[in-house]
Amino acid sequence: MIPLNYYVLLSGILFTIGALGVLLRRNPLVMFMSIELMLNSANLAMVAFSSALQQLNGQIFVFFVIAVAAAEVAVGLALIVQIFKTKHTINVDEMSNLRG
Amino acid sequence: MTLDLILFLVLAVIAVASALGMLLSRNAVYSALFLVLNFVTVAAFYLLLGAPLIAMTQVTVYAGAIMVLFLFVIMLLGAEQLGPTGVLPWQRPLAIVLALMLIIEIGYLLIARSPAVSLLSPPPSAVNTTDFLRQMGEMLFNEYLLPFEVTSILLLVAMVGAIVLTKPEKGGR
Amino acid sequence: MHSEVASGEFFFLTPWVVFFPLIGLLINLIFGGWLLRRPWGEALVGWVASLASGAAFVVSVLLAYSLWLNHGQTVIVPLARWIQIGDLQIDWAFRVDTLSVTMMLVVAGVGTLIHIYAIGYMHEDVRYKGDPLRYRRFFVFFNLFIVAMMILVSGDSYLMLFVGWEGVGLCSFLLIGFWYEMDTLARPSWANSDAAKKAFVANRIGDLGFLLAGFLMFWYFRSFQFDQVFEAARQAPPELIIAITLFLLVGVTGKSAQIPLYVWLPDAMAGPTPVSALIHAATMVTAGVYLIARSAELYTLVPEAQYVVAMIGAVTALFAATIAVGQYDIKKVLAYSTISQLGFMVAAVGMGAFVAGMFHLVTHAFFKALLFLSAGSVILGLERGHHHLAHHSHGHDEHHEDVFDPGDMRNMGGLRKRMPITFWLYVIGALALAGIFPFAGFWSKDEILLDARLHSPTVYVLLSLAAFFTAFYMGRQIWMVFFGEPRHAAAAHAEESKPIITIPLMVLAALSIVGGALNLPFKGFHHLGHWLEYTVGEVKALPLDLGVAGLSTALALVTIAVSWWVYGRRPSGAGQPDPLRRLGWIYTGMAYKWFVDEGYWTVFVRPYVRLAHFLRSVIEDRFWHDWFHDTVLVGTYNWLAHVGMNRYADQRGIDGFANWLGEFTKRVSATTRRVQNGFVRAYALSILLGVVAILGYLILR
Repeated sequence: MIPLNYYVLLSGILFTIGALGVLLRRNPLVMFMSIELMLNSANLAMVAFSSALQQLNGQIFVFFVIAVAAAEVAVGLALIVQIFKTKHTINVDEMSNLRG
Repeated sequence: MTLDLILFLVLAVIAVASALGMLLSRNAVYSALFLVLNFVTVAAFYLLLGAPLIAMTQVTVYAGAIMVLFLFVIMLLGAEQLGPTGVLPWQRPLAIVLALMLIIEIGYLLIARSPAVSLLSPPPSAVNTTDFLRQMGEMLFNEYLLPFEVTSILLLVAMVGAIVLTKPEKGGR
Repeated sequence: MHSEVASGEFFFLTPWVVFFPLIGLLINLIFGGWLLRRPWGEALVGWVASLASGAAFVVSVLLAYSLWLNHGQTVIVPLARWIQIGDLQIDWAFRVDTLSVTMMLVVAGVGTLIHIYAIGYMHEDVRYKGDPLRYRRFFVFFNLFIVAMMILVSGDSYLMLFVGWEGVGLCSFLLIGFWYEMDTLARPSWANSDAAKKAFVANRIGDLGFLLAGFLMFWYFRSFQFDQVFEAARQAPPELIIAITLFLLVGVTGKSAQIPLYVWLPDAMAGPTPVSALIHAATMVTAGVYLIARSAELYTLVPEAQYVVAMIGAVTALFAATIAVGQYDIKKVLAYSTISQLGFMVAAVGMGAFVAGMFHLVTHAFFKALLFLSAGSVILGLERGHHHLAHHSHGHDEHHEDVFDPGDMRNMGGLRKRMPITFWLYVIGALALAGIFPFAGFWSKDEILLDARLHSPTVYVLLSLAAFFTAFYMGRQIWMVFFGEPRHAAAAHAEESKPIITIPLMVLAALSIVGGALNLPFKGFHHLGHWLEYTVGEVKALPLDLGVAGLSTALALVTIAVSWWVYGRRPSGAGQPDPLRRLGWIYTGMAYKWFVDEGYWTVFVRPYVRLAHFLRSVIEDRFWHDWFHDTVLVGTYNWLAHVGMNRYADQRGIDGFANWLGEFTKRVSATTRRVQNGFVRAYALSILLGVVAILGYLILR
């Protein structure tokens, strides 16, 4: 018997690690991977709730999240490739064109 | 300590460790490989929670397709490692403090606010996987038909967008 | 006194005396322009107008028949509520009584004949003047005149009468100025529109009198309705009635061209001849006579006012007749003759001889319309002759003058042979006007003279003298126009008019001959007298007085002989002075209209112009504009605007606030823009900060 809270706590830890990845790493690809990790942690919590409530809706949601994540990755990676083509670097700390 | 709980704890340790490995690796390729491990572990959690379809999707789409794409791009751009820059010196300590605060908050909420801790029963072994899949399919194609079709459009748009973005410009260099 | 409308009678048709001409007007107004561009459309325009007038005549006949069935009882046909203010209520109601029906018959009957005549006359006139598309406008105005005149004669209150009164004044103005951009000889000039303005202004002076009378009625009687006014007048003090009747008389002198406001009528001859015949001879100018006859109950209350009316009429009759003797324009002679004859009528109604006045009104409508229309025929004949000449002597036309006046009698002569039909028609009209037995004019004029002899010797003498001059100027006209030798090549080539012009004239001529039968001074033949008795009260039927009749006839015959001796015996040739010039200053006075226009110019117009000039240049320009407006108003405003508003309110107040706001925004933004450092990780950090803060808030809440 595993308490639901364990899953939620695990999900929270994974989410925080993902957030730290976004905040600390300067490689946009790793940042992107961290975002995927955050999505994944949310998926985990969702499936856990679905299982606890004996309803399939949560799993359906996860299904859609995975599909959207796939689309996001396709576009996001294309953007990174395009940025590299123009700037010849992908270091996010060298990009501050939006500075006010 | 039941077998379930032991299994959970082992898997949880692997998941957190692989996540930290992704976070801390100097090399982006290692990060990607740690993430694949993390995804596979999460897929195992899905199986434990009685969601075999999601688990399969996780392995094939995430751990398979998406991460292969990541690795492909990392190697294409040669972006395994990046040199240090002097900007944003306060970013790292602030981020760590905030992340700790987030963890503390989540833990506090789980302990203090959550009512009776519900226990998750193990997936009934008697469940017919075929019946489960039929149930899932009926929901997808009846109740969630519109989002499903919209998702397909989204994927098409993403595909077109990716092609347009990476295509060489007309009369380009 | 009033009976309800009985079945089998035609009183319900009454409004159609107004609406038939209105329909004709609208048809021509809307479709006339389109029709005139069609080959057959011009005649159609004229016939639509004529039929509209004719339909009004038919309705008038039916009304007369109904009234006869009804034993002459007055019928009031209400149509619509017009004004309701407090206890003053004015309806648009039609009053059908013997007097109004008589007027309707004259207006619609003579009007229809003149409409038909105008179909032919205007066809040629618009071509001589060079604007064929103006044909429609003429008939629209003509029908509008019938509408207004019908409203005038059929109204049941002084206010409705005034509506029609103003309406006919407007039509008169419009039609006098019909060829507004030229003079009577078609040269570019504003002479015709000046004539129209003169008529309008003179009529406004008269209308002021009418209005003042109306105000007095309203103030003291609280009503305009005829019966109510008459009822109230019986209890009113005589001074009030005198005031009302004399103010009405001012209106009459304007509309019916009596001294002192007659001066517009001769100038009104600038309008086309059918206009002169219909409006300025037969119908509109008799509205004043109608007004006095309609107000008979008021006038009989105050003999003093009656005396004034009679004297004005008699003096006008003589005065205008003398001027007519000295005129050369064929229409001007007839215009002064009209003034003179209107003087006869006014004198008659002033003496209380309402039947005699109305009788003369009817017969005068016949023979004066005949005379005017015949004069129009003569003018057209000369135009044709002139046109013919110009056409044949095209290469060498320097031998006749550029400007040819077809209305100048000095250009005529010998037309008896060239235009025989017109000649005989003119002679009939002239004999009727001169009062020769047995033409219509004889009976009606004789009745007036008879009344005058009984009532007032002064009036009798004046009118007899006027009759003498009348016969003289008519004889002069006949001899000058139709006898002797042509004084101008155009007269020698004059052509007779078409049947469309001469047939209406024949009808009028027949009426001028037999019109006297309406009211023969023999027992049992006072038809008109008995007919009008229902409206104007008991009329003493005077038997034929052989003395008066014989004297006036003898006088007329002798005068015609005298005129023959002067003008017919040795016809003066072209360019010779008038034989009457030997009379010296008398002739000069007659020829120059006794200098009344010049007198009015000196006494009224020039001081008025000077006053207006003074008011404009000194009061308006220098005082109000230069000083008050420019200095006081604009200066004060400029000072206030410059010092008060600009310097303090605008620059320091409004601008100060706006500038401070802008400066403040700039400083705030200069500080806060540093937050936007452009690094994506920093933005992500701020998102996390937000998440932590919100969760913390939820926990600590």
